[in-house]
Amino acid sequence: MIQVDHIIKSFDGTQVLQGISTVFEKGKTNLIIGQSGSGKTVFLKCLLGLFQTDSGKILFENKAISEMTVNERSVLRQEIGMVFQGSALFDSMTVEENIMFPMQMFTDKENDEIRDRANEVIKRVNLINANEKFPDEISGGMKKRVAIARSIVMNPKYLFCDEPNSGLDPKTAILIDNLIQEITSEYNITTVINSHDMNSVMEIGEKIVFLLNGKKAWEGTKEDIFTTENEAVSNFVYSSDLFKKVREMYLKT
Amino acid sequence: MLQSVFGKFTKWRILKQLILKDIDSLIIGSLGIVSFISFFVGGVVSIQTALNLENPLLPKNLIGFATRQSIILEFAPTFISVIMAGKVGSYITSSIGTMRVTEQIDALEVMGINTYNYLIFPKIVALSLYPLVICLSMFLGIFGGYIACVYGGFSSSTEFVEGIQLDFIPFHITYAFIKTIFFSFILATVPSFHGYFMTGGALEVGKASTVSFVWTSVVIILLNYLITQLLLT
Repeated sequence: MIQVDHIIKSFDGTQVLQGISTVFEKGKTNLIIGQSGSGKTVFLKCLLGLFQTDSGKILFENKAISEMTVNERSVLRQEIGMVFQGSALFDSMTVEENIMFPMQMFTDKENDEIRDRANEVIKRVNLINANEKFPDEISGGMKKRVAIARSIVMNPKYLFCDEPNSGLDPKTAILIDNLIQEITSEYNITTVINSHDMNSVMEIGEKIVFLLNGKKAWEGTKEDIFTTENEAVSNFVYSSDLFKKVREMYLKT
Repeated sequence: MLQSVFGKFTKWRILKQLILKDIDSLIIGSLGIVSFISFFVGGVVSIQTALNLENPLLPKNLIGFATRQSIILEFAPTFISVIMAGKVGSYITSSIGTMRVTEQIDALEVMGINTYNYLIFPKIVALSLYPLVICLSMFLGIFGGYIACVYGGFSSSTEFVEGIQLDFIPFHITYAFIKTIFFSFILATVPSFHGYFMTGGALEVGKASTVSFVWTSVVIILLNYLITQLLLT
């Protein structure tokens, strides 16, 4: 579980995050949604510790990052898996080497053992015949799968995804969303996904936090989002006619 | 940045691979161009000296002498380093810069890896072999001078070799290698700094490489002046 307690983050005197508080529960896919520039990426980077907050606390299993020792932070980082928007695969390594990398870095296991584990997660994310390929030789969807495989190879407690299905076709996007949701429940991890894809919201949003201009404007589940009277979140989620119709149909039934 | 480069070391089995890879790309990969340039510039220095020795009273062994001095004191350590600032420096800046814009450095940081040590330290170690490149450059520069001079008919082989041995001061070699050691550190760190701290996209990677080349060259030239002032005057 991750608790966020009134975090504030500014850049050059402009408050990008203005006192956000929320809780991301274990075993659930938690979505952060909002328009471009609403502070989603900064919020995610604060959670990851890539940005230091100006004030407020981020607690992992009731322990604030700011109060952790260097060793505790180092251990925490090894418990975090991250899927970046552009996948962030190491382009000098093959798919298999990319996935083996965290284990080679942080465990004393033999290479054969590491390779076995890598192949286990490769199978889990349904990557076929890609072990020896380099990132620039595979498709966008496959890159996301490799990124997911790399992020779960160490059995993380927390999984963060920054727009995991951006740039993917709708079918692959849904496959990736479902894969993340399956992994979340299978590994019982706390997953936080940064997204502005409404399909993801409807498919896997077990908890949704809506950000508007650096503030938390709304939070709830994918079911709540159909009945919410919050104008800001309604305008954002139901900006297309298709979703407006879907909502009307849902409310009628 | 430097403090972090030498703090929290990457696991040896990973570091070893990175060092070997960097030796291959930064040192082995530079041997061809360094050899080519050194050989032909050595030849040109020798021909230019020969053509300027109009006075018949001046001994022909001055060609070998001037070639040796130019190559050992300045051409090999300093000008090859400026060329390397273009080749190796741009490579370092663009490779680290690309890792920055494609979030690969963020990915390493999220894993809890000391990215300064992981990315920069292997380059410093690999470039510690840079004096060997300069040694080769010195040899090929003088050899090129010898070939151009002897086969160009400017002096005999004996005269050229005599010139190479004339008034030889061993400290000049020491001076050249002291400079080289400093330059190798500059070649590893200045381009890394420009790559690591760059922001933006692909266009900025190109700009960072250019800026990195300019600054690396400026630092090398200034340091060359300072070291020469300290060691030779």
